[in-house]
Amino acid sequence: MSASTLVAVVGNPNCGKSALFNALTGLRQKVANYPGATVERRAGPLLGNDKLELIDLPGTYSLTPRSPDEAVTRDVILGQYEAEDRPKALLCVVDATNLEQHLRFIIELRGTGVPMVLALNMTDLAAREEIRIDADALSKRLGVPVVETVAVRRKGLEALQKTLDGVLAGARQSVVDFGISVKDHQRAARKIAADVTLSEGIGHKTTRMLDSVLLHSVIGPIILFSILFFMFQAVFAWAEAPMGWIEDGIALLQGAFEGILSDGLILSFLNDGILAGVGAVVVFLPQILILFAFILILESSGYMARAAFLMDRLMASVGLNGRAFIPLLSSFACAIPGIMAARTISDPKDRLTTILIAPLMTCSARLPVYAVIIAAFIPNTPVWGAIGLQGLVMFILYLAGIVFALIVAAVMKRTITKGEVQTFMLELPKYQPPHWRYVLVGLYERARIFMRRAGTMILSATIILWVLSSYPNPPAGATEPAITYSFVGIIGGWLEVIFSPIGFNWEISAALVPGMAAREVAVAALGTVYSLSGNEDMIAEGLVATLNNAWSLPTALSFLAWFVFAPQCLSTIAVAKRETGGWKWAIFMVGYLFVLAYLASFVTYRVSLALLG
Amino acid sequence: MNHPTPIEDAVLESLGTMRPGARGRIAHFEVSVDEGQDESLTDRLREVGFAENLEVEVLHQSPFGRDPIAVRVGKMTIALRRKEANIVKVHLV
Ligand SMILES: Nc1nc2c(ncn2[C@@H]2O[C@H](COP(=O)(O)OP(=O)(O)OP(=O)(O)O)[C@@H](O)[C@H]2O)c(=O)[nH]1
Ligand SMILES: [Mg+2]
Repeated sequence: MSASTLVAVVGNPNCGKSALFNALTGLRQKVANYPGATVERRAGPLLGNDKLELIDLPGTYSLTPRSPDEAVTRDVILGQYEAEDRPKALLCVVDATNLEQHLRFIIELRGTGVPMVLALNMTDLAAREEIRIDADALSKRLGVPVVETVAVRRKGLEALQKTLDGVLAGARQSVVDFGISVKDHQRAARKIAADVTLSEGIGHKTTRMLDSVLLHSVIGPIILFSILFFMFQAVFAWAEAPMGWIEDGIALLQGAFEGILSDGLILSFLNDGILAGVGAVVVFLPQILILFAFILILESSGYMARAAFLMDRLMASVGLNGRAFIPLLSSFACAIPGIMAARTISDPKDRLTTILIAPLMTCSARLPVYAVIIAAFIPNTPVWGAIGLQGLVMFILYLAGIVFALIVAAVMKRTITKGEVQTFMLELPKYQPPHWRYVLVGLYERARIFMRRAGTMILSATIILWVLSSYPNPPAGATEPAITYSFVGIIGGWLEVIFSPIGFNWEISAALVPGMAAREVAVAALGTVYSLSGNEDMIAEGLVATLNNAWSLPTALSFLAWFVFAPQCLSTIAVAKRETGGWKWAIFMVGYLFVLAYLASFVTYRVSLALLG
Repeated sequence: MNHPTPIEDAVLESLGTMRPGARGRIAHFEVSVDEGQDESLTDRLREVGFAENLEVEVLHQSPFGRDPIAVRVGKMTIALRRKEANIVKVHLV
């Protein structure tokens, strides 16, 4: 592919490979404190030497893959990965606080004959635990150079690069015979580790202490539940002020345009099209960032694996295993990384089930949809102390997603993805205080992606919608707002036939079409449609007030129910197709979600109509 | 010796049957063919960190149905279900 020299970063899960890769390349791979954070290969040139390309790989315990992500690692190391050359050298990473375990895989890799450098990582933690390792002795015993590093503090990088250059330029590394069975490797690793360890250390007391609370059989689940609950309360409570600022900013811009431009097409395009549409979505940036901050902190603290442990039994009752909880929790951010993370699940059927239910987890694109409706229809009365009703409803919607995901999984595991009961094995990493750098980088990435979507997909959908809502022009002497006569009005009218049984008016029906591209586009589309309808509220007070007047409560509830299920995201469908290896399951996923969406909305609408009169 | 003395036998327990707080040293691995397990499971257990002579301690069990369990093995903590844990035979201390 290229003339650059490939070096693969390999090692056990969670030893700091991605952190080291980031430090060496300046890229921003996901770094998180649980095994299985990286599920794909990612290549990038070394800072200051673009002839050398590093490949970050999923962590694995051996060259015998147990899951699809581990298969990627094996294929890359053995030169079987697509059209890629075999790496010229390996940058092996081990956790210095757990040498005897991590060395086993390194010893297995020595058998491949590929030259390597060993990064003895996390030496900061080792020092804190009073573990002392003789790196020179380790190097002699393994027959490869060893460099001490602290990936998150960028320590030891220069020495590492120099050593790497030396290995690439230099002599062949002698092959040492360590045997072939897992048991042989294990024995050799323990022997070497014992010989080069000068001081055993005192272990990580904080982890034991925290676990005795967080994994406690009564307090543990209560804390897990409280964390999730608090998260959704915070999303509402803390975002209020910054959202107000953004709204004011948008109104200010609209006012400014009105001052400069005369009433006409251009003003309508800017104010009704772009600002009303894109603005309706951008307002949710603070909420999305707060949600992400929570998830990122959970991920980097080490709690994620504990949550998987606590949830395993529940997941087992629907035929899945606790590991699936991690991809599903990431799906709160976005279903796409969630679906990707399902690669860490070893059983193909469990993995398929997890992929198929991932879109039921409430992703952050649904946040704008829920938030608009909740803000318009649910009063923000305190329910109990500091708990607000709006946050509570949001929490219930998230819960609904989870409960239905579990139900769907249970049905699938008894029918189409039936299989053996699978195993669950997960290392629980040491707790670490969140690394603020990674949390901030993660947030920045998220903000960037969100704004880019707003600037591209949502913007173009809004523009197309504006055009289709403005043409054709109304006939002379028309009494209704012009949009009623436009393409959007016409199409919305047709769709209303399908959607009126579930309480959707033509405006909603029309907004669902561009909303197929991505869920939050539906909000943007509603903004544009109502703005163009000449709705006074829309212009004066924004979308929330408009909806409050334009929709009945049953319609609003039905709309919420629709979005709990509807698979309105093209990228998710595309990733599901790629990860399941064909259209079959992707189409199945879309189909079952639409059917559920319609049914759920129908029931919600009819029941609430009956109850509310 | 052909068969172990009753005393030795009595202190050997499957990890999957142990309660939180119980400790011991790993004696050997033994898959249960009746349960449909095969030797590759032993390799998997070894890969995640179980090995003969390592100290083990059951730290926690799931609040729901007491399964899975979290086990300290050497320096690590590993979560696994009791069924697989039963492959690990432990000398109690
Ligand atoms: N204290 C300390 N923490 C580190 C060091 N290197 C990595 N970490 C932390 O260890 C955790 C795992 O780091 P990652 O880089 O995601 O590990 P990985 O090997 O890529 O993990 P997988 O992709 O899951 O295989 C993160 O919480 C990092 O912040 C280090 O040198 N010192
Ligand atoms: Mg990684």
